[in-house]
Amino acid sequence: MANKTKAWKDRRRIAKMITTVENALPGHEKVLQDIYKKTGNAYIIGITGPPGAGKSSLTDALARAYIDMGKRVGVIAIDPTSPFSGGSILGDRIRMNELSTHPQMFIRSMGTRGQLGGLSAATHSAVMVLDACGADILFIETVGVGQSEVEIVKLADTVLMVMVPGLGDDIQTMKAGIMEIGDVFAVNKSDLPGADRTKLELKAMLSFLPPKEWRPPVCLVSATEKEGLEELMEAIDEHRTFQAEHGRLEQRRMRNAQEALLAILRDKMVERVTKDPRYEHLIEQIAEKEIDPYEAARQLMD
Amino acid sequence: MEKPIRVLVAKPGLDGHDRGAKVIARALRDAGMEVIYTGLRQTPEQIVAAAIQEDVEVVAVSILSGAHATLLPKIRDLLNEEGAQDMLFVAGGVIPDEDITFLKEKGIAAVFTPGTATTEVVSFIQENVKK
Repeated sequence: MANKTKAWKDRRRIAKMITTVENALPGHEKVLQDIYKKTGNAYIIGITGPPGAGKSSLTDALARAYIDMGKRVGVIAIDPTSPFSGGSILGDRIRMNELSTHPQMFIRSMGTRGQLGGLSAATHSAVMVLDACGADILFIETVGVGQSEVEIVKLADTVLMVMVPGLGDDIQTMKAGIMEIGDVFAVNKSDLPGADRTKLELKAMLSFLPPKEWRPPVCLVSATEKEGLEELMEAIDEHRTFQAEHGRLEQRRMRNAQEALLAILRDKMVERVTKDPRYEHLIEQIAEKEIDPYEAARQLMD
Repeated sequence: MEKPIRVLVAKPGLDGHDRGAKVIARALRDAGMEVIYTGLRQTPEQIVAAAIQEDVEVVAVSILSGAHATLLPKIRDLLNEEGAQDMLFVAGGVIPDEDITFLKEKGIAAVFTPGTATTEVVSFIQENVKK
């Protein structure tokens, strides 16, 4: 415990470690190997939802509440990278500026950088760094559209889907496919007209899902007015307890472990095979239809 | 994929004019950089905490309030205290020529005044970030 308090205080070291693992810089394997056994303490909350729903403001409000309870809180805020320039503007800190100097808080912004599958690996690595360095609660905040974001959210123990009134009819919600990934729903900006109706519609749609043991609750909140936060935190706690009682956290850990191993195996395999002296020649042979790609792969694997 | 240059764009001080900061943020993004934009009315402590946590190579601030002679050296000193002497620190805004020499002595690498082309800011950063 004392070690984690010390690790958490060294901001620059944490930040440098995240840079190393996020970019797979030289030494990243060593970093991940060194911290791996220290991970597993943090409870990970994924926050997602459409742009403008108030995800950052809600993350800020929840982070404050956990900080008041004495928790160390980490936030990984993900914004899209431009597919044209490869650059990005990461603006989630705007809603969290007051907390940025708080000793119990660590915020890190990440761009999606358009790597297929790579983003969830980079996010997972950053999560492990903050976890190992002492975070009790970790938020992963992402825009809730697109496959890669859904992948990231799967890293979370609880997925909080943030909605707002007035986004359109219920078909919009259904086609986005977002009903399936939320464990807890928050209707933010509850002071806006239509909030009650949005809540009812969400509840109705959730009731169409195949019956499961966990039925996601829908909470009305206002992040800026600090209303409904206690109920929302209770709902997150209930989901946490439910998962612990039903062995779900264990299942998720096993699945994450499996995926981590498979990802490394894939990388190593590709690295080894592409260095094989026969590799280039086999590609030519495949292109010339002298050999089929399955046979070529078999030869390289032998 | 090569690691993009990460830049923190912030506005210290009390003026509410962030057009310049936003134009710069967009220009840096279009040049392929990752810009962490923190918005208006940042204290030096907030800017430095963000720069450290985000592990940026560059801190770029826009200041129009006239408080540059106090705030900018304060930010540089706080960065150095945190062990971030290697972070490039640049500023833009309405800053009189006679103050620029003083600011450069205090470790502000470049001061961009109104009328500077965004391409100039982009190339200065690209050339001066330590690889």
